[in-house]
Amino acid sequence: MNPDYEKSKLFTRRALLLAGGQGAFMLALVGRMYYLQIVESKKYAMLAEENRINLRLLPPPRGRIVDRFGVPLAVNRQSYRVDIVAERTGKSTRERKRKVKETLAALSTIIPLSEADARRVLREIGRKRAFVPITVRKTLTWEEVARIEVNTPDLPGITIAEGTVRHYPLGQAGAHVLGYVAAVSEAEQTGDPLLELPDIRIGKNGIEKVFDAPLRGEAGTQQIEVNAHGRIIKELSREDAKPGQEVALTIDADLQRFIADRLGEESAIAVVMDVHGGQVMALSSNPGYDPTAFHDGLDPELWRAWRRDPKKPLISKAVAGQYAPGSVFKMCVALAALEAGIIGRYHRVSCYGHTQLGSSRFHCWKRGGHGTVDLHEAIKQSCDVFFYDVARRLGVDRLADMARRLGLGRSVGIDLHGERSGFIPTRAWKLATLGEPWQDGESLVAGIGQGFVLTTPLQLAVMMSRLVNGGKAVTPHIAHRLVTAEGLAPRPAPDFASIGVRPENLRILANAMNGVVNEPGGTARRGQLSEEGMSMGGKTGTSQVRRITREERARGVKKNEDLPWELRDHGLFVGYGPVEDPRYVVAVVLEHGGSSKYAVPIARDIMRETLSRDPLQPRPTGEAAAPAGARGT
Amino acid sequence: MELSRSSRHHMSIMARVARINWVVVLLLSLTACVGFVLLYSAAGGNFDPWATRQMTRFVMGLGLCLLVATIDVRFWLRNAYIIYFAAMGLLGLIELIGTGTGAQRWIQIAGVRIQPSELMKIAVVLALARYFHKIQMEDVAKPLYLIMPVALVFAPALLVLKQPDLGTAMMLLLVGAAVFFVAGVRVWKFVAVGLGGLAAIPVVWANLHGYQKLRVLTFLEPERDPLGAGYHILQSKIALGAGGLTGKGFLQGTQSHLNFLPEQQTDFIFTILAEEFGFVGALFLLGCYAGLILYGVTVALRARNQFGRVLAIGVTINFFLYVFINIAMVTGLIPVVGVPLPLVSYGGTVMLSLLFGFGLIMCIAIHRDVQITRREGDGL
Repeated sequence: MNPDYEKSKLFTRRALLLAGGQGAFMLALVGRMYYLQIVESKKYAMLAEENRINLRLLPPPRGRIVDRFGVPLAVNRQSYRVDIVAERTGKSTRERKRKVKETLAALSTIIPLSEADARRVLREIGRKRAFVPITVRKTLTWEEVARIEVNTPDLPGITIAEGTVRHYPLGQAGAHVLGYVAAVSEAEQTGDPLLELPDIRIGKNGIEKVFDAPLRGEAGTQQIEVNAHGRIIKELSREDAKPGQEVALTIDADLQRFIADRLGEESAIAVVMDVHGGQVMALSSNPGYDPTAFHDGLDPELWRAWRRDPKKPLISKAVAGQYAPGSVFKMCVALAALEAGIIGRYHRVSCYGHTQLGSSRFHCWKRGGHGTVDLHEAIKQSCDVFFYDVARRLGVDRLADMARRLGLGRSVGIDLHGERSGFIPTRAWKLATLGEPWQDGESLVAGIGQGFVLTTPLQLAVMMSRLVNGGKAVTPHIAHRLVTAEGLAPRPAPDFASIGVRPENLRILANAMNGVVNEPGGTARRGQLSEEGMSMGGKTGTSQVRRITREERARGVKKNEDLPWELRDHGLFVGYGPVEDPRYVVAVVLEHGGSSKYAVPIARDIMRETLSRDPLQPRPTGEAAAPAGARGT
Repeated sequence: MELSRSSRHHMSIMARVARINWVVVLLLSLTACVGFVLLYSAAGGNFDPWATRQMTRFVMGLGLCLLVATIDVRFWLRNAYIIYFAAMGLLGLIELIGTGTGAQRWIQIAGVRIQPSELMKIAVVLALARYFHKIQMEDVAKPLYLIMPVALVFAPALLVLKQPDLGTAMMLLLVGAAVFFVAGVRVWKFVAVGLGGLAAIPVVWANLHGYQKLRVLTFLEPERDPLGAGYHILQSKIALGAGGLTGKGFLQGTQSHLNFLPEQQTDFIFTILAEEFGFVGALFLLGCYAGLILYGVTVALRARNQFGRVLAIGVTINFFLYVFINIAMVTGLIPVVGVPLPLVSYGGTVMLSLLFGFGLIMCIAIHRDVQITRREGDGL
């Protein structure tokens, strides 16, 4: 037998087996391809799309905030920053690093550039992909932008990028009303992807916070094709962002600015409010703060300084500051007593400078006493002894009831954040929380607005409004529209309930408050307005910061002027005008002003300005463009 | 075509050229053209940097192939060991002057970068073909006679494994095994070696490089780390699946054009084909390969001497292994190993060695009727 024939036979058998095996494996590949490309195709096609398409959010421009005449209070301003793109400077990493260094050196001769910034840029260049722009400096001035543009050929890799920053034309003067915007903190992340955008800012305080949802708008989307490195290849589709809505306030920008200027360096609060509609036309808490300081993260040094400042610039003291109302509260005591029938217009009390209750002696502010005074004179001259007597007979609970009807002791519900409720004591409260029965002496102290009684400046404005608007339970607001779940809704027409007091009693009080300013012997004579058609009534008050001890009284009470600033009393004045047909209330609290003496002229000037700007009358000055259909009252 | 008795020993050049199978040349060209199209696409619609150079190489390779085919088959028989040791020499040179990223796989000779391990695959088959041609049928059964061919396979396999190139080492072993099988080595010996291999797995595993272990682990569970080691497999499966039946169209593949796939011009080029031309395109290429493999098997079966049979089947198996390992790897059937797609992937040495191999197969076909005695080439 031919051995080669044997070899050949064996070979053929085995080669065919092998060929069959190869065929089977090839079929397996075909099967695998069929599975991937036909059976599972949909799944992988989707994965490929996900790979390729990157959905980007387009941040919506934040809505404007305008005043009652349409004057902008918060707008978005173009801001410019200078970026560097390493890729455009050179080919190799080393060359880029060198070129970036050179560029930064050249840039620093054109615009101010800190060493730290340059170091940070070089660090980031090493970490990020070469086509990612790295911010060199933010918030360039126009001049700096122009200088960079001119020198572009000498600055390889440098580009100017635009962004927006929130701009507040009122600056510090509007800070407590408008609040501010800042970067979203981790706790504020709601899962809304818009909030995860690095450039997004949300309202953190004031109107910016309360109206954040409508102001924010809705994000647009942009579908872009990216490669595996995240570089954008092209835009596939785009849905533009829905800009935030405009929020119109009842604030009068010029009045707000006027007040800030008038308050100057003082630590003071002023509220101007429409007595019928409740529109707040100005709400000032001095000193303010720079609302733009938060935009790119607040400098911790500045933050500490603000926190340490005894004038508390960060707190909106108009709604969050609580003060003993002092003699301003006597209006509440008087009305409660009149309504209760305890006293009448001609009720008289003799004032010898003090009154005795048990072993305690309660002093009038006037050491010699006022002699015999009736209600009108007692209000006009702010006699403490008269109100000690009335308050003792009235009792604290009836007083508290009237205080509540006048809007005290609970938050008035203005559309701002951080409002505090103040405090009005009752017998039940004291027993429940302090475990002690109410003392008559405490009624006396409450009768002159000291002791437990606390009010905010805004509450005092509300109280005065209700006293002079015919007894309507007006509540304040600062924006023309309401925030609802569906967005901004028109505010319903004001239809305030009556506080249920007799009009003749209100007239008695109005008369007396007219006397405070406009009659000889009144405590706010300096508040008289001499201009044609202008007039003001009101009530003064002094909010005690410290207790005067018996020993001190024996040595002779120190004058406020001799005390350190933080121990001086707060000076208060709450006025209304015009006297004949009250439309506006001005409440002023001058912190540590010693007495109402210095608060009165401030209130007078604000009232004069307010009346001169009355939109019902032709405006005397036309610098702030008032559209024909100006919103508001 | 029957040849005259005298031509059983000597064929004229013209006679050889006349017997060239032009259908196979066409099939080779067609397969290479698929490669040109894909390299053009991989470069984002550019002939540079890959397509043009690949064309040049193919033309050179085809010339080599035809040259090899028309050289007397006895020349290859006589010089089989010389070629084998030359390839071994080059492989050894890598140890001294090799370059390559991560693993040392290339050497630079006269300005040309070559990959000796690719040449080695053909050289091993040549050497084995000669060996089995020479020995008696009865000797195949004797273990002593198997020491030499086993050494011929294992020596280069170990050198390649040291580079380290797991894919090529595996291919060398598989090709060797296939040749042993067709040469008539008893099946139980394969079973024994196979069992021995299984027993050696723990030892091999302990000696694998970190990245090799990672690749095996990744293969077993690709979704384990989608942005890390599993990235290649996942992205290439996405590309394949996204292609669907007819593909996204020429130059429309997003996976490859957006750089989601690494090494798309070399080992992962099949993904471009599958993404842009779909299942239909993939089938077309597989058809071309199947045709070439079928041709190789046919030549082997029809050869009238053991050298021709073993050489043809060995080269064919080698070619088949390229195809299978590459596509199975890209489709996620086996772990990622560095094996290119034959005639399609960008790469010079592979192209040349593959066409050299086909030249040998064609040479056997052309010289089918040339008688070669068992003693042919003795004394060399």
